[in-house]
Amino acid sequence: MADDATATPLLRMTGIVKTFPGARALDGVDLEIRPGEVHCLLGQNGAGKSTLIKVLAGAHQPDEGEIRWEGEPVTIGSTMAALDLGIATMYQELDVVDGLSVAENIFLGHELAAGGVLRRRVSHSRARELLAQLGHSEIRPGREVGTLSAAGKQVVSMARALSRDTRLIVMDEPSAVLDPEEVENLFRVVRTLSAQGVAVVYISHRMDEIRQIGDRITVLKDGRTVATGLDVAETPTPELISLMTGRDVATDFGGASSGPGTEEPALEVTDLAVEGVFDGVSLTVRPGEVVGLAGLVGAGRSEILETIYGARRATSGTVRVHGRTLRRGSVSDAVAAGIGFAPEERKSQGLLLDEPVYRNITLSTFARFARGGLLAESAERRAASEQAEALDLQPPDVGRAVRTLSGGNQQKAMLARWLVHGCDVLLLDEPTRGVDVGARAEIYRLIRRLTESGAALLLVSSEIDEVLGLADRVLVIADGHVVHTGTTADIDEHRVLDLVMEGARA
Amino acid sequence: MSESPSTAAEAPATTGQQTVSGSGEPKFRLGLGHSLGLVLALVALLVVGVATSGERFVGLDNIMVILRQAAVIGVVSIGVTFVITAGGIDLSVGSVLGLSTVWASTVATQTMAEDVHWIVLVACALAVGTVCGLVNGFLVAYGGVVSFIATLAMLVAARGLAEIISDRQTQIVSVQGFLDVFRGNLLGVPVLVWVFVIVAVAGWFLLARTTFGRRTIAVGGNPEAARLAGIKVRRHTVWVFGISGLCAGIGAVLMLARTTAGTSTHGYLLELDAIAAVVIGGTLLAGGRGSIVGTVLGVLIFAVLQNLFTQNNLDSSVQAVTRGAIIVLAVILQRRFSSARRT
Repeated sequence: MADDATATPLLRMTGIVKTFPGARALDGVDLEIRPGEVHCLLGQNGAGKSTLIKVLAGAHQPDEGEIRWEGEPVTIGSTMAALDLGIATMYQELDVVDGLSVAENIFLGHELAAGGVLRRRVSHSRARELLAQLGHSEIRPGREVGTLSAAGKQVVSMARALSRDTRLIVMDEPSAVLDPEEVENLFRVVRTLSAQGVAVVYISHRMDEIRQIGDRITVLKDGRTVATGLDVAETPTPELISLMTGRDVATDFGGASSGPGTEEPALEVTDLAVEGVFDGVSLTVRPGEVVGLAGLVGAGRSEILETIYGARRATSGTVRVHGRTLRRGSVSDAVAAGIGFAPEERKSQGLLLDEPVYRNITLSTFARFARGGLLAESAERRAASEQAEALDLQPPDVGRAVRTLSGGNQQKAMLARWLVHGCDVLLLDEPTRGVDVGARAEIYRLIRRLTESGAALLLVSSEIDEVLGLADRVLVIADGHVVHTGTTADIDEHRVLDLVMEGARA
Repeated sequence: MSESPSTAAEAPATTGQQTVSGSGEPKFRLGLGHSLGLVLALVALLVVGVATSGERFVGLDNIMVILRQAAVIGVVSIGVTFVITAGGIDLSVGSVLGLSTVWASTVATQTMAEDVHWIVLVACALAVGTVCGLVNGFLVAYGGVVSFIATLAMLVAARGLAEIISDRQTQIVSVQGFLDVFRGNLLGVPVLVWVFVIVAVAGWFLLARTTFGRRTIAVGGNPEAARLAGIKVRRHTVWVFGISGLCAGIGAVLMLARTTAGTSTHGYLLELDAIAAVVIGGTLLAGGRGSIVGTVLGVLIFAVLQNLFTQNNLDSSVQAVTRGAIIVLAVILQRRFSSARRT
């Protein structure tokens, strides 16, 4: 497949430069892709991966540099030109149309038609072939795409790429929306593609995935290629991390927790349930303690956090903060009691993307700064700047729109909101999703700092090692039930997975 | 100014590494830049006015005529700015204004006309407007009806109610105290214009400088984020529509003063003019960004345009076409600004 080093590369980019007003997004990128290989693109948020993908997809025109496709110099002047060459891109936000059927989505833009009339039967049978080729013949071509899971939509998106004689598929963090099980499926599809001679550019923050699926690696940093054509099998992880960050980062979780005090619990949840979603959830978190919720996506972990926070209405059970029972389904009551919540979907649930950073940081506290309803913006700015500095927010200018920050820094802004608020209890849902390795370590340190200052943390993460590394105690959730409660010292990753699988089957 | 976060930052979205620029170079600010464009458009219209009608076009008398024209639509547009900033739309303001004039003039005519204090008239108009707005707000916030539909229903229903109450008659307001106050001048400026100025300043202050305004922007920008930050989104939505209704009520008072009559046809299609003024003023229809200054400029542009056409004895149909062109142009420019921001 990919061992054919002597053959002409499918794609070769040399010295690609792309400048935007005020910033050099790409500053000399080299990339070489061989037919049928799985080429991993690594780099922190802001290293230039997205811009590079857009150049490949024809959405951005490079200012300098050369692109050769099968040895021939080409310009990719438009997205159509990219598709005509055989380059397909799967963005993180899947570009499928929910209201159309699977087959209609696959042939969107190049419909199979005769004289303007759609040839429904032909496109259905062709769609069926493509889906079978991807090993997903269970997806019916007539099904409405909106009813599919994220994984199903991804398959449709890939089938669309294949429907046009595609030679290279760019996948931007395809696993971010998937369960571990679905990731296995994705890998199977990627292997099938590569066996058929289709090259894949695979972008992911997860090192273990790259180990499993990748052939070669290119590392970007600050818009430059710092290493290219690294063999996945022969490059140790620490080396990759130091290439990406320019410094050595140990993948630790900030050392052991200071451990819970012996005080009364800050958060006490008793028999909490939402009908049809989860039931019988009881847990306590003491000041200075981290409690983790482990389980699969869809097991009900996020829903538990949202219910504790009052964003969903519990059908039974109680939530107490420092002994005070919270009103069901009232976020403002939870906030007033000192609970903070950093949701999984930062962009859609957490941030006002076009508003400046400081207003996002003070979104839950601006009324506190205000006097008699009059905003005190300079005080807000000061408080936000203080936190931004303490968290090493980059860039440190809190007047910028949040949209312009990288994922890791957006997460820091979310956490800063609750630091300004001064929460006793903090609920963190996937705090490191979409966050690169460097910023991840900072977030771990921040979590430690929070617990040292006496905050009680309840953490949800899909990465089991993260839960076990950060938490003092862990609850394993499967299918809406708590299947295990215990200290993290008494359990390892395999046992958690076993419990999850057993529970999901039961 | 604080309503307008910087736009200088499209590129760092992809690099995230930019450390130098921030403080040194002057940042282009959307709100200010957009307002500047509107001011230039307004000046251009005035220049055209002077060129075609002579210097009296910018004379004090004509300016006062223009401002008097702008007062009703102006106060209504300020209310609508709040609703649109909060991510909604209010189609009912025109009919609500009509209903308020009818209700108030009915109160004035059915009781012994001379005995009614003008305050009663005003209070009645404001109350009717506010209640209609609150009903809209409740339907949207707690009834789960999208604002387009809820206020469309109010548009139809309020007009109908106005016709029922007035029996489709025009009701002359003869409360002398009311006419004395609202048709008079204060410091050489019509009271109508004073009311517009006060509402505009209060609206600007409320949106840009208070926690209420910040909540409005947050609710419009990302309702889920606002809710999860502890803002009572539904309650706030009710108040925002209430403000729009109140402004329609104030508009009704001005309309009663200008025409000395209440009728169910007052404010016909006014909602469209109001939305147009708000949108060309730079308030995003999608919510999350609003500019009272922009709305006022938008209202003034349309008022000057109207005056320009009247002065030159031009057909109102030509005027309508021109207004349409201005709206499209303004929205295209707005899109250009925001798409540059979102790359």
